[in-house]
Amino acid sequence: MTTEVTKTNEKTPVEAPETTSGGRIYQPLADIIETPEGVTLMLEMPGVGAEDVDVTLEKRVLTIRGKVHPAQSDKLQLVYAEYGEGDFERSFTMSDDFDADKIAASVSNGVLTVTVPRAVEAKPKKIAVTTA
Amino acid sequence: MLVPAFNRRNDPFAIMRSMMRDFDRLSPTRLAQPVFPAVNVWQGEEAVAITAELPGVAPEAIDISVKDNVLTIAGERTAPETPENARWHRNERSYGRFSRAIRLPFAASEDKVEARMSNGVLRIVVGRPEEDKPRKIEIKAA
Repeated sequence: MTTEVTKTNEKTPVEAPETTSGGRIYQPLADIIETPEGVTLMLEMPGVGAEDVDVTLEKRVLTIRGKVHPAQSDKLQLVYAEYGEGDFERSFTMSDDFDADKIAASVSNGVLTVTVPRAVEAKPKKIAVTTA
Repeated sequence: MLVPAFNRRNDPFAIMRSMMRDFDRLSPTRLAQPVFPAVNVWQGEEAVAITAELPGVAPEAIDISVKDNVLTIAGERTAPETPENARWHRNERSYGRFSRAIRLPFAASEDKVEARMSNGVLRIVVGRPEEDKPRKIEIKAA
């Protein structure tokens, strides 16, 4: 076993092709929980406002994008940096029993919460077996 | 020395990177939690600004204090409330109390510190006191 699997407590740049804007893309840290009603994802996207988030579910792939407006200042200069700024992007492959029309997303304090409810017909049904 | 053959030929840094990765894996710093929050420091003639990424922390849960030239950011990240029947698939975020002290290039007074929080990014601006600013000295004719 390698430690690479657990190396997720920092936001990591995505090893993806270059962007047209020249900025970096980071992979937001995620917490994912599942209940019988659906799946809830919580993603850390500091600097992303509600209007800068884009959530799409297409062919089972849930893609989340967040646009960051990097901090700029004409009077101050960056002298020491521990974190980088850039857009966020991450996608998840879901099973096909989710309702794309009912996805809800909200942003609070830089954390995006996405709730994907299960489609009604996909909820487990008990099938009664009759004797012939 | 043995070098994996699958490295891309056109990337001369691939071997270097794989060596760095191997080294990282063995070094003890990897095991330690990274410092939280990560900060960026901005400096100018009139002020110093510190920005920190604190996603999921409410502004009320952050304590900022200044003593002489040390600025301290402390607070707590609380875990989200989850329904009882929830099953965790991924838990990459971390929670708990945090505290970080940053040394400023000058002693700051409490009234010159301004903190602002937007979308999980904290920005603290510390004004430079008058007595710390460089004074221009005029040369008088003898």
